[in-house]
Amino acid sequence: MMSNRWIMAAALTAACSTLASGPVRAQEEGGIAVESAHADIKDAQSLQRGARNFMNYCSGCHSLQYLRYNRMGKDLQIPEKDLQPNLMFTSEKPFDTIVSSMPAEDAATWFGKPPPDLSLMARERGRDYIYSFLKGFYVDGTRPWGVNNIYLPNVAMPHVLASLQGLQKPEFKNEPDANGNAHMVLSGAQMMSPGAMTPEEYDRFVRDIANFLDYAGEPIKAKRESLGVFIMLFLLAGFALTWMLKKEYWKDVH
Amino acid sequence: MAAAPQSTEAPKGFLGWIDRRFPLTALWKSQVAEYYAPKNFNFWYFFGSLALLVLVNQLITGIWLAMDYKPSSAEAFSSVEYIMRDVDWGWLIRYMHSTGASAFFIVVYLHMFRALLYGSHRKPRELLWIFGCLIFVALMAEAFMGYVLPWGNMSYWGAQVITSLFGSLPIVGGALLEWIRGDYVIADATLNRFFALHVAALPLALLMLVAVHLMALHEVGSNNPDGIEIHDHRDAQGRPLDGIPFHPYYTVKDLVGVMGFLIIFFGIIFFAPSFGGLFLESANFEPANPLQTPPHIAPVWYFTPFYAMLRAVPSFAGTQVWGVLVMGASIVVLFFVPWLDRSPVRSIRYRGPIYKIMLAIFVVSFVILGLCGLKPPAGIYPLLAKICTVLYFAFFLLMPWYTRIDPVKPVPERVTG
Repeated sequence: MMSNRWIMAAALTAACSTLASGPVRAQEEGGIAVESAHADIKDAQSLQRGARNFMNYCSGCHSLQYLRYNRMGKDLQIPEKDLQPNLMFTSEKPFDTIVSSMPAEDAATWFGKPPPDLSLMARERGRDYIYSFLKGFYVDGTRPWGVNNIYLPNVAMPHVLASLQGLQKPEFKNEPDANGNAHMVLSGAQMMSPGAMTPEEYDRFVRDIANFLDYAGEPIKAKRESLGVFIMLFLLAGFALTWMLKKEYWKDVH
Repeated sequence: MAAAPQSTEAPKGFLGWIDRRFPLTALWKSQVAEYYAPKNFNFWYFFGSLALLVLVNQLITGIWLAMDYKPSSAEAFSSVEYIMRDVDWGWLIRYMHSTGASAFFIVVYLHMFRALLYGSHRKPRELLWIFGCLIFVALMAEAFMGYVLPWGNMSYWGAQVITSLFGSLPIVGGALLEWIRGDYVIADATLNRFFALHVAALPLALLMLVAVHLMALHEVGSNNPDGIEIHDHRDAQGRPLDGIPFHPYYTVKDLVGVMGFLIIFFGIIFFAPSFGGLFLESANFEPANPLQTPPHIAPVWYFTPFYAMLRAVPSFAGTQVWGVLVMGASIVVLFFVPWLDRSPVRSIRYRGPIYKIMLAIFVVSFVILGLCGLKPPAGIYPLLAKICTVLYFAFFLLMPWYTRIDPVKPVPERVTG
């Protein structure tokens, strides 16, 4: 049976190389790799802070049209009586979804395009991307809002959190192109004028937002994973049982 | 009234009442309890029953998804999110269906590979193989149309790209394209008809093809890892000496395979349902947008080997149709394998080194083609795809030659376990 194993080994090697180089798509587009948010979707406090940060700084323009207030309250352990005064700023009911009050037509005029709904942004671009994006604004006088972003070049969004983070200036490095000619390429950003928060505080602030949007992208995620452990144990027991059953039945086959 | 002579074993009571009107016991015996399968099935023989399991999974979860899904371009995307968030256990049903689609192709690819290992396509099983190939084609159509239904941006642009392949055919192309789409672009009309085909026409076709596949299997009997006929050696009652009744032996053995499969299947569903963007592509979490192409359009992983072959062929004489023809040929050639294979033996166990090397090259080039199809056509990938396309076809088209000159080992009279 050497030949079968050999074919399998070759196929597995090829398959592993596929997987190892396959799924990471976000990084292929931009130049600079995103930073890991190191967030924990089971951390209810982080999610609560993230919800607060989102409602105060993001929800004016961005909606979460697939997430309901009461679902969020239930999952994040926020009682409904606290939901209304602290996180709901317009006349919605708790079972409504989180919709921004900004009219899309006006927004398109003001920003060039309407701010995207963020319900599924974490599923589309990843939690780490959101975290990096919110840290990636830098001063760029050629842009309408005076800022650009490392991870989303020519971003249409102003730096809403500038008062907290402060302003960063871009850093460049020399990089030869295919013909060997040197080019200035964006390599990162450095703090120019600090804001109200220290870098650590700001990191936590945007990490909580990224974590909250990860939750918003798939509200069942944390429960799914904890439920999965029991399913696995059940199936492993089932595997053992059926395996013994098979052994018993096959005793007389020689 | 002349009562039919009853054998002493004929069931009494309710079962007897049924048996006098419908051959229930006879069917059970002939197809399951007294269907003799070779006793030496190995790991590779799990994937037939697993394919059946996944088919049932897709049918059942699909029925429940259709209860809440809305096949209109205005509502499709949000109805999927409604299922994921507001329908009780909707997320589980949807993940079972989306993971099931990928699982279907994994088990079917392994099932087909098994046939190439042990010569299960050889005489007298040519029709069995052809029915299997038809199942594969129907499955590809089913999966493609199912992928369009969530109406994400990759659904939209994937459908745009794949349907436009038909437009590259000479003369009829333009009219054919419009006929398939029901509009000048992928639109509401396309989504509606794809839904109809996905939930009614193709599942029916699949079920009927699976039925004839099984009927053909039970007519000719199962092959085995030694590639020899167990019916050549029978006992006094006419039962094959190396055969065992499918039930209970293979029903309990397949149950072990089912549990092993479910561990992996639900492991993915509960811990990595997107599977790193391979099973649920990240660009498909953005609603369909006819004005914005995703940065990189790639089909789901199970189509990428064929997609890579499509892209590997350069346009020539002012038309892209050659790539389409090559991709079509890569499927069509499968149907001819029973006649391309001229080896005097069936199983790889008794074949010579050439077939083993060719099969290994084929498997590796198929996997590399899959990788190339996932990647943007830049860097090393276009060249790799071209080489592997040639190797893919070399495996089939050179088969009549290399299987004939390949030195073979003597085949045993009885199965070797």
